[in-house]
Amino acid sequence: MKKIVVLVLVSLFSLTAMAQEKKSKNKKVEFTVAGNCGMCQKRIEKAAFSVKGVKNAQWHVDHNMIHLVIDETKCSKEDVAKAIAAIGHDTALVKAEDAVYEKLHGCCLYERLE
Amino acid sequence: MLQKIAFLLFLLPLISFSQETVKGIVVDENNEPFLGANVFWFGTSVGTTTDVNGAFSLEKSSETTFLVVSYIGYATQKVEITSNEVKIVLKEVTNLKEVEVIKTKKSTEHSLFAVTNVQTMGQKELLKAACCNLSESFSTNPSIDVNFSDAVTGNRQIKMLGLTSPYILMTEENIPAVRGASQAYGLSFVPGTWVESIQITKGAGSVINGYESISGQINYEVLKPADDIPFFLNVYGSNDSRYELNAHFNQKYSDKLSSTLFIHGNTRIGKNDMNNDGFLDNPIGKQVNILNRWQYTDAEKGLVSFLNLRYMNDEKQAGEVNFNPDLDKFTTNAWGSEVNTEKIEISNKTGYVFLEMPYQSFGFQNSFQSHKQESYFGLNQYNIHQKSYYSNLLFNSIISNTKNKFTTGLNFNYDVYDEQVALNFTQDFSRIDNSIGAFFEYTYDNLDNFSLVAGARVDNHNRLGTFVTPRLHLRYNPWEDAVIRASAGRGKRAANIFAENQQLFASSRQFSILNSDGKLYGLNPEIAWNYGLSFIQKFKFLGKETELVLDYYQTDFQNQAVVDIDFSPQEVLFYNLDGKSFAKSFQAELNVELMMHLNLKTAYKYYDVQTQFQTGQLERALQAKHRVFANLAYETHIKEKGQQWKFDFTYSWLGKQRLPFTATNPEAYRLSEYAPAFAVMNAQVTRTFSSKFEVYVGGENIGNYRQDNAIVQSENPFGAYFDSSMIYGPVFGQMYYAGLRYNIK
Repeated sequence: MKKIVVLVLVSLFSLTAMAQEKKSKNKKVEFTVAGNCGMCQKRIEKAAFSVKGVKNAQWHVDHNMIHLVIDETKCSKEDVAKAIAAIGHDTALVKAEDAVYEKLHGCCLYERLE
Repeated sequence: MLQKIAFLLFLLPLISFSQETVKGIVVDENNEPFLGANVFWFGTSVGTTTDVNGAFSLEKSSETTFLVVSYIGYATQKVEITSNEVKIVLKEVTNLKEVEVIKTKKSTEHSLFAVTNVQTMGQKELLKAACCNLSESFSTNPSIDVNFSDAVTGNRQIKMLGLTSPYILMTEENIPAVRGASQAYGLSFVPGTWVESIQITKGAGSVINGYESISGQINYEVLKPADDIPFFLNVYGSNDSRYELNAHFNQKYSDKLSSTLFIHGNTRIGKNDMNNDGFLDNPIGKQVNILNRWQYTDAEKGLVSFLNLRYMNDEKQAGEVNFNPDLDKFTTNAWGSEVNTEKIEISNKTGYVFLEMPYQSFGFQNSFQSHKQESYFGLNQYNIHQKSYYSNLLFNSIISNTKNKFTTGLNFNYDVYDEQVALNFTQDFSRIDNSIGAFFEYTYDNLDNFSLVAGARVDNHNRLGTFVTPRLHLRYNPWEDAVIRASAGRGKRAANIFAENQQLFASSRQFSILNSDGKLYGLNPEIAWNYGLSFIQKFKFLGKETELVLDYYQTDFQNQAVVDIDFSPQEVLFYNLDGKSFAKSFQAELNVELMMHLNLKTAYKYYDVQTQFQTGQLERALQAKHRVFANLAYETHIKEKGQQWKFDFTYSWLGKQRLPFTATNPEAYRLSEYAPAFAVMNAQVTRTFSSKFEVYVGGENIGNYRQDNAIVQSENPFGAYFDSSMIYGPVFGQMYYAGLRYNIK
């Protein structure tokens, strides 16, 4: 019985190990997200967390980078970038729509990314 | 969109032809120009930054007439441009974190973001205490009340929310440290210079550290070898003839391995009797305390490990001035007491952080402690030797994302007590206690204004049975710079009735335990619920940084091991609570930064602590209902080589306190029903000559307040009325001290 359990566990582990080579459950990614202030930070991180599969999100106002840990089997960084752009923040991958950008709080009007 | 772009491309050559530019200047409210402010056309990436004079020039845009100007720490402005010359004034935003960082760090911080009501006392605050060990380091903190040392043992008990230290969970880096046998003197066995910081949590604590905390938790962090300086020396002396020496030697063997050797010694040799009652005001004695701490850090592998090896030996002698232990021990020639303690401790903790997942980690703590106390108080004898093993395994991770975190784990505790009591009766209370428990704590944070910690643990204890301990903490920021916290939780503990009430041995009281069917000295376990609410608001009043802290906590005992010294002045009774016992506490604290470097802390505290005793529902004795506290701290600017002056003044006022019942004593040995209100003042001046060397002088109880008749029937300590435990104020008068600190960085 014990042997079987060990065998099953070992095979399971090796399976996950193989799977991880392609899609990591804890993939670290980062990209630029434009923003100015603490309000932006809350908005950006909230948008990132709204995407299923985002495990951790930290955006830094000083260098405008978002650091993410994502489960690649559930989402991609493009998904996160889309969600962030949808609430008005330009990202290195997807740009926000002008109409949404223009509605941001006065303090959050960042310089658009090219 | 595409059409728009195409249209723009078509227009582009036209624009470059027109070449119209806007020139401007960006300044702050004081007309100071900004260097490097961002200026760009709204909704575009066309922009520039300002030069040294705050000036910029930018070609006009065909898309928009709105210009956006931003600078970190200032509110971004959107301005419509109608002319070719413009001046833009940016206003400072005070709630930005970037601004806060520039300010000098406060010595004690109330957090606006932690879920529990926790305050951290840093090194700066700890240096304000006159001397020298952990029990004395709370004198500048209004949340902890330090009792006056009892007349014989010189021991200082601390209180939180109106409850004595056994109800506070005391931990060293989250390993329970002062418990069981060490309850009475444990805090005085931790030299203040070893401590890096102290975290005081009011109300129900976390389930991670056990089920025993009732009124709160005090955790202290010891200096970490990896961050420590190579050498530190502290020498202290006072006019009550107490001398202390602390030396720390730090060695870094590699970027991973480091160690510190902490050596502490203290002694009191001179015999003082300021109130001429024939008794020493403070015990004489000596202590040797050695800690060797090792740290191994491997950041690449996510591993941190600490190993502590500690040995302590403490000897105290108290009682009548003419008492000679060699001749008078266990005789009625003279009344005397000796308390000798030896402590050995080995502890290790290891933490591992998953590199792929920085939010996931393991922790494993193990501690072995041996605490041996041999003592006598006149003809009463008390010996206790506790050997204990504590182990805690923790796992931290997240549920779907870092807004939902959890900690879970197991812990195990094994205590062997060898306890011998020889009072009016002689009994061997030796026993083995063990417990095993599992806990789960969930933390939710919406990353904005709300967070919650909900925890529960299940324990199986050979005397307390199997039980569940729930704890809940909430935090909400209703508006800027404000926080509301609520907490509720249950605590359960086995009272060590003798170890926790040792001051009563120094009296002629007869001890009796009225119950016999319980599993702990015949008594039942203590069970209490604690609820609390607190509110903090930071604001500017007349331009001064001000902080208002209000909190209310209530502890309700379902069962308590009641210590009754009010039934008769010749007796101490221990029994299970039959009726109500509660502690209600309210505290209002107002802290103001009066000027740069001048801080005022003030607090008012109200306590209503009552217990159902044999003779009725009574206010707890020796507990002031009203207390006022003020602390004024001033420091000068630090000059080039680190020269600085620091001044600190503390005032505390205690309202009247009920004294234990003495009405049946002969008139000469009666105390009044209430002790008078009084105030105590302490002051300290520190002069830093360089970053390496500083000296300090200070005074305690400058007003020279002294309790009269601190010891009842001191002229005949073997008489029926002798009692040295009814202390409500200082016994020793004014005390002055001086010391120096030297370090090599």
